Amino acid sequence: MGKTLFEKIWDAHVVIEKENNPSLIYVDRHLVHEVTSPQAFEGLRLNNRTVRRPDLTIATMDHNVPTKDRGLPILDQTSAIQIHTLEKNCKEFGIQLFDMNSPNQGIVHVIGPQLGITLPGTTIVCGDSHTSTHGAFGALAFGIGTSEVEHVLASQTLWMEKPKSFEIRVEGKRKNPHAVTAKDIIMSIIKNIGTAGGAGTIVEYSGQGVSDLSMEQRMTICNMSIEGGARAGLIAPDEKTFDYLRNRKYTPKNYESLVEYWRENLKTESDAKFDKTFTLRIDNIAPQVSWGTNPSMTCDVTEHVPFPEDYSKGDQNQKKSAERALEYMDLKSGTPITEIKIDRVFIGSCTNARLEDLVEASKVIKGQKVAKNVQAMVVPGSQMVKKEAEELGIDKIFIDANFEWRESGCSMCLGMNPDILSPGERCASTSNRNFEGRQGVGGRTHLVSPVMAAAAALEGHFVDVRQLDWD
Amino acid sequence: MEAFKKIKTIVTPLDQINVDTDQIVPKQFLKLIQKSGFGKYLFYDWRYDENENQKQDFVLNDKKYQNSKILVTGENFGCGSSREHAVWALQDYGFLVIIAPSFADIFYSNCFKNGILPIKLEEKMVEKLKHESGELEVDLENQLLKTKTEEIPFEISPYQKIILLEGLDEIAQTLQLEDKISEFEKHSKIPSVL
Repeated sequence: MGKTLFEKIWDAHVVIEKENNPSLIYVDRHLVHEVTSPQAFEGLRLNNRTVRRPDLTIATMDHNVPTKDRGLPILDQTSAIQIHTLEKNCKEFGIQLFDMNSPNQGIVHVIGPQLGITLPGTTIVCGDSHTSTHGAFGALAFGIGTSEVEHVLASQTLWMEKPKSFEIRVEGKRKNPHAVTAKDIIMSIIKNIGTAGGAGTIVEYSGQGVSDLSMEQRMTICNMSIEGGARAGLIAPDEKTFDYLRNRKYTPKNYESLVEYWRENLKTESDAKFDKTFTLRIDNIAPQVSWGTNPSMTCDVTEHVPFPEDYSKGDQNQKKSAERALEYMDLKSGTPITEIKIDRVFIGSCTNARLEDLVEASKVIKGQKVAKNVQAMVVPGSQMVKKEAEELGIDKIFIDANFEWRESGCSMCLGMNPDILSPGERCASTSNRNFEGRQGVGGRTHLVSPVMAAAAALEGHFVDVRQLDWD
Repeated sequence: MEAFKKIKTIVTPLDQINVDTDQIVPKQFLKLIQKSGFGKYLFYDWRYDENENQKQDFVLNDKKYQNSKILVTGENFGCGSSREHAVWALQDYGFLVIIAPSFADIFYSNCFKNGILPIKLEEKMVEKLKHESGELEVDLENQLLKTKTEEIPFEISPYQKIILLEGLDEIAQTLQLEDKISEFEKHSKIPSVL
C-alpha cells in the first residue's frame, strides 16, 4: 500500500522509533515569538543548556506589538518586558530576530513563507496553534506548547505519537470566486466536521477546489485546520508552490534541485489509504458568517441565526452550548444574518492579512465610505505585505474609506496589544476564533472573509457580498 | 517535575463542552515571562465580574470545591490556542487530574509536561462522575479511578505514564540520544535557514 504525503514527511523525519512509544521527530524549522518563548529560554538557562541549532531557528515579535506609534516606547510595561526579553534571549542564544523595526517583521505565519523559510517536505514547529498555516506548502507544520519549545531549542527534536491521517476533498468550482473565498471553504468544512472533527489527525486537503486556489488562499485553508481540531493541515505542493518560494530572501541556493525532488516525491500515492475522509462540494456554497462562540457555529449569510434545537440535532450538550453562545452573542434565533448590526471591523490576522486579502477587500470599498458608527481597521500581516500594498496604493483606498491603516502584528485577532473590543461591541473579523472574550472581554466576534468584512463595514451590518456591485 | 502520586479529593464539575484555552487563561495574562502564579487567572472572565468580584454562579467560586484537585468536564477540553499558560494555571490553582470524554491535541500533550494527568473516559462515565458527591481516588500506577461504590479503569500510554510517575525531565532524556540526532542530521537534505 502506498503512503500518504503526511506519512512520507513523517517517515523522513523519524530519528528514533520504538513500538508502543512516541517517535523522536526531527524539526527542520523552529519559529519563535515573544509570548510562548520566555519560559523556554529560562528553562535552558536554569539547566545550563544551549540552543542546538540556532541556524534553524528564527524569531519575530507579533502577538504583543502595538500597531501604531511604533517610534514611541510601549506604554504597557508587561508587554514591553516581554518584547525586551525576546530581544535579550535571541542575543544570548544567537538566534536571528526580526524585531519591531525590521522590514521583515510580521505575524510569524505570514513572514515564514514570504521569506522562503517555509519549505515543502519540512517539519516546522512554533509555539502557536496556527503554525498549521505553513502546511499550505506541503510542510508538516504544527503548534506546540512552551515545554516543547524548550525541548526543540535544546534538541531540535520532539517526542510525538504518530497522528492519524484525514483526507478532506474539496470538489467543484465556485461560481463567484471573488465573493466566495478560501475562508468560506474552510468555515464550511469546520461547520460540517465540528471543532473536534480533526482531533488526533493531520489533514490533507485535496481536490480541484484546493488546487484552483492561490498560495495565499491555501494558507487561509491550512491556517484554520486547528479550528477543526487538527494539529496540522497539508496541501501537496505543485508548480504554484514552487513559483511562490522561488527567489525569496532565504530560498536555499540549491532550490531547483530541491524542487525536482519535491515534484517527484511530495504527493500521496494513488493506492494510499487515509484513516478518515470527508468531501465538500463547493459549487454552490455561500459566504459564511459565524454566529456563535466557536468556529463551527457558522452559517450562510443568507440564513437566520439558528434555533439551538436545530443546531444541536438532539445532542443536549451541543444545545446547551448553543444557548449559552446566543446569550453571550446577544442574538435571537430566527434573526436574518443580514440584519445583524456591527460596531467594528477588523481585517487582519494570520488567516486573512496577506496582500491578496487586502487587494480583494479594497475592491469592495473603493470610492465608498465606512458606515457611520462603524470603526474599521486594517492590520497587514507583515511589514512586507504593508509595503507591497502601499506600492499598489491599497492603503489610500482604505484610508479614503475611513479605515485605519496600521503596522503589522496579530493585533485584534487576540487582543494582547491595545487593539481590543469594548464589552458588548460586535465585530466583523477576518480572524480565526470567535471564542468568548477573544477580542476583548465581553466582545462579540463574527468570523467572515475579507470581502464580507469590507462589505459589512460599508453597510453597518452583514450583507451578501455577492449582491454588491464590485470588481 | 514532581512525581505524580495518588490523589483523593472530591471532583469539581465544569458542565461545558469545547472549553477553549482562551477561557482557561485569558490573553491579558499571557504577557508574564515566568511559569508560576497563573492560578489566580484561571477561568478569570468566568470567575470574576468587571469589578473583579467573584461571580456566585461559577463552580470554582463554590467553597465546597476549594480543595478539589480533580476537574471533570465536557468533550474537546482545551481546544484553540496552544498556550501552555492554560496548564500552568490549572496546575497552580491546584488541579492535578482532568477527566473528560476528549481533549484537544496540544493541550493534552502540554498536561504531561507539567505533571497533570488528563484522563479520557466515555461520556456516560464522565456524566456519572460529574454527579459523584463523595471523594474520588485517582491511582495512576494501577490506572484506576475509585469511587465509594466502583472502580473504573482508564487508558494511558505507557510512555506518558512513566513520565508522570517518575516526574522525568524529558529534555535530559532526549539529550542522551545526541549521537542518534547527530547521525540523522548528517543525512538530512534540508538546508539551514541562514
